[in-house]
Amino acid sequence: MAFRHRSTTHPNQVGPGRASAVPGATHHRSAIGLAVSLALVAFAFSHPAMSDQLKAPEDFAGSGDQVARSIDVFREIGRVLQHPRCVNCHPRGDSPLQGDDMRKHEPPVRRGEANIGVVGMRCTTCHQAKNIDHANLPGHPKWHLAPVEMAWEGKSLGEICRQISDPARNGGLSMDALLKHMAEDDLVGWGWKPDAGRMPVPGSQEQFGKLFAYWIKTGAHCPG
Amino acid sequence: MQLDFDVNGKKHSLDIDPQTPLLWVIRDELRLTGTKFGCGIAQCGACTVMIDGQPTRSCVTPAAAVQGVKIETIEAIDSPEARAVKAAWVAIDVPQCGYCQSGQIISAIALLSENRAPTDDDIDGAMAGNICRCATYVRIRQAIKDAAAMLKE
Repeated sequence: MAFRHRSTTHPNQVGPGRASAVPGATHHRSAIGLAVSLALVAFAFSHPAMSDQLKAPEDFAGSGDQVARSIDVFREIGRVLQHPRCVNCHPRGDSPLQGDDMRKHEPPVRRGEANIGVVGMRCTTCHQAKNIDHANLPGHPKWHLAPVEMAWEGKSLGEICRQISDPARNGGLSMDALLKHMAEDDLVGWGWKPDAGRMPVPGSQEQFGKLFAYWIKTGAHCPG
Repeated sequence: MQLDFDVNGKKHSLDIDPQTPLLWVIRDELRLTGTKFGCGIAQCGACTVMIDGQPTRSCVTPAAAVQGVKIETIEAIDSPEARAVKAAWVAIDVPQCGYCQSGQIISAIALLSENRAPTDDDIDGAMAGNICRCATYVRIRQAIKDAAAMLKE
């Protein structure tokens, strides 16, 4: 249904006038739903790979020597960097990607010379300073694409690691500045608080910052 | 919540939900119905208005986000580029059904306001977000070129 900013009730919504016709069915369904939810929560905690959390630096204590540990830490960092919320705005081409399937952006916009779109069709023609949930439209005051030399799309984690460590390809950032960007930049932080229906990147920006700092502390080694 | 709007040079103060899309402020509250509702999700361009000289999709722009800015709609937008675009549109009778045309015209004015000699590629880039179900794209492109020629004279 096309959006209008008015109070509406979805036709499929179960409301006061649409209660179950089977006595007790609602309670049974609630009990089953609760059991399934508890099982899913237990499964998520017992299978870290399925979790939406990030590992903490102390989780890498048993990761062999420092080089191996640093590489293992970066593999965890890669769960963020290679997430669609990040790669979609680090495309290798002239157009951003969108969605968890990383399809080409619609409308077919272009990055333009300043990575903010072209004359007549800038990012801000549609994107606002905040998420617009009714339109599934992500937003931020600085919404723009990463420069093409910072493209991550189609690259291996090792290639991304060497790229972000290289001031010639990371916007001239030192490791300290890179850490500040990853841990504190508000547009980077959008990845953890996208609009409704869009999957956030794992963990929190604070946890990510701690992990990134630990990677630097262990020598900032890259996967092969 | 009391919000102030500067639309086509006139000030309006309205008691309105700050999240109301600008489109409904323009159409329902101010009764300026030249700006159209198409998709409601910034995918078609029919609702395009000019905000501080930049084309903007009013269907996804919260009312609270346009305080202290200048809003121009198809009813009153005026500039050398606007006059050239309107004349070019009329000269070759661009619209078919016309529903998308106010958005198309606003985007065309935005393009020519920053680039008075657009190439086909520039036109494709600027107009990429304005959809026309009647497929008047060939006439739109011609009218933009004609308007650019008028601006050179």
